[in-house]
Amino acid sequence: MNSVLKGSSFVLVHAPDMLIHGGTTQTTERIVNPDSEYLRKLPEHLRSFEEAVAYLPNQVYIGNKTPTDLAAAGDVWFDKPLQSASRFGSFGEIMPQDEFYLLLQTCDVFDLVMLDKDFVKETLPRFEKHPLVDAELLALVREGVDISEIEKAVNNEGAEGVYQNGKLIGCVKKAHDIDVNLNAEVIFENLISKASCALSLMHFIKTTGVEKSAIDLVLDCSEEAVGDMNQRGGGNLAKAAAESAGFVNASGADIRAFCAAPVHALIHAAALVASGTYENVVVAAGGSIAKLGMNAKDHVKKDMKALEDMVGGFAALISKNDGVSPEILSEFTGKHNVGTGSSPQAVITALVTEPLDKMGLKIADIDKYSVEMQNPDITKPAGAGDVPQANYKMIAALGVKRGELERAEINDFTAKHGMPGWAPTQGHIPSGVPYLGFARDDIMSGSIKRSMIVGKGSLFLGRMTNLFDGVSFILQANSGAGADAPDEQAGVSEHAVKRLIAESLRELARSMGAE
Amino acid sequence: MDLENQKRVKEFAEQYGPENVIVIIGAAEAEAAGLAAETVTAGDPTYAGPLTGVQLGLAVYHICEEAVKNEVDEGVYDEQISMMEMVLDVDEIVKEMETIRSQYSKY
Repeated sequence: MNSVLKGSSFVLVHAPDMLIHGGTTQTTERIVNPDSEYLRKLPEHLRSFEEAVAYLPNQVYIGNKTPTDLAAAGDVWFDKPLQSASRFGSFGEIMPQDEFYLLLQTCDVFDLVMLDKDFVKETLPRFEKHPLVDAELLALVREGVDISEIEKAVNNEGAEGVYQNGKLIGCVKKAHDIDVNLNAEVIFENLISKASCALSLMHFIKTTGVEKSAIDLVLDCSEEAVGDMNQRGGGNLAKAAAESAGFVNASGADIRAFCAAPVHALIHAAALVASGTYENVVVAAGGSIAKLGMNAKDHVKKDMKALEDMVGGFAALISKNDGVSPEILSEFTGKHNVGTGSSPQAVITALVTEPLDKMGLKIADIDKYSVEMQNPDITKPAGAGDVPQANYKMIAALGVKRGELERAEINDFTAKHGMPGWAPTQGHIPSGVPYLGFARDDIMSGSIKRSMIVGKGSLFLGRMTNLFDGVSFILQANSGAGADAPDEQAGVSEHAVKRLIAESLRELARSMGAE
Repeated sequence: MDLENQKRVKEFAEQYGPENVIVIIGAAEAEAAGLAAETVTAGDPTYAGPLTGVQLGLAVYHICEEAVKNEVDEGVYDEQISMMEMVLDVDEIVKEMETIRSQYSKY
């Protein structure tokens, strides 16, 4: 029996100071070219929190706007701020940087985060009002220390500065004197991933209404390495974030596969649930500070705002078939094999058409493809093109080669079966998963029947192989049969009765409508 | 262009002589193709990699340009490239590559 996508959450953290101090484009520039004009100009190109909230792609990410709204708004969005926009959305929220620093401290169990007491005093009243912050979490926020203590740690003790509006307001201390894997920079990076993952888990409980205690396993699919010099990628950020989110009955494990990891993890989760090993598995990831401002040199050069100021996070729950939620078709996944080859043709064949062929379906039988949903507002000015659009064109072009589409239909196909990208360029975050929330809604409302989620990864970055990687799976409207199967031998199940009643009511409604 | 790739191109040019090296680019965008071509001819325009200020002047082509396409086995081209050819703005890419070559290529 297939498992189902029971719900998901999506969060963003506005991180302008982290962009300057932790994005690798900037940290590299400070080493190579410390007096550069770029570094001088960059602060003028940072967005305010309000600007980040009013940015349409961010509103799509948290579920207040849809991909259809985005497509209707043209193909450039940074110059069209929304007039009214909320930081909270149906999938999650956009958290301001200062509140996130307090959350970061609640996720630090080794007393490595020090915050200025004035900053804590100023920020705490807003943090207290956050709908997901309870007394237990609040108790983890420490009073703060004198700024002189922070300055001493940053200047003399190898601590990493934490900044708000360009001002030092805290630091993350190193966790070991010699081990570079536990230096302050790495600890800060890992804590950011953990805290944004935990925030996704907290939102996810709110949006799905599932009990925290019902979660059996969390799979973290971010791209950070957690460990020390003896096991640099030792891992289990998943369990660490699950602890912060209060999932007392959950275990955890990390799945790493560069940007392809979220889809790998979802396939794992679906199989673990379908096999009966677990009932509820959450796939989640926090975001990456390193990738903030990755293309900011081009944005500054083109006199735009540095749009890569969002740390992303998401969580998705895979559960036992409930008879209503979209099913993950575990038998029909796509995968790029070691011997597949790296040409785009070979890749798209392996990921898209091989699973379709197994099912006897054609390319156009998938209503919506979710590919690498990078926001083109960010990538196009940097000369990297429109990534989702390029992916859709490749799928369509393969359709032409297979004789399923006419060449003249490529553009129509991409418009109908594709979407514009809205996700921040956080590597694993845009990779197939940003559509999960909408996919569930669209499938359950009947506006689409099937979606294919595709994740790809650039393995060469780690210098262990030149191979490309990718995996895919299909989400499909629930057949209604799954949830009843275990009980059917024992007679008519409760689900079956409910379904029969629902069908009769629908029939009645239709007949009344016809009159 | 990736810093590691810049290093490799530089090493190949030193090892085999710049007149014996042709760089084939597969970028999907004219701008990206142009930047890569500029890097191996006039030097790294982003001033970040080993080719910063190094004017190798190498011969550089995009895989979809006729001159290169004609050198490739038809079956292999069909299997490896033809799908992408449908997707790319080949005219734009060719224009960009010709501009860079005429300005900076020495071979």
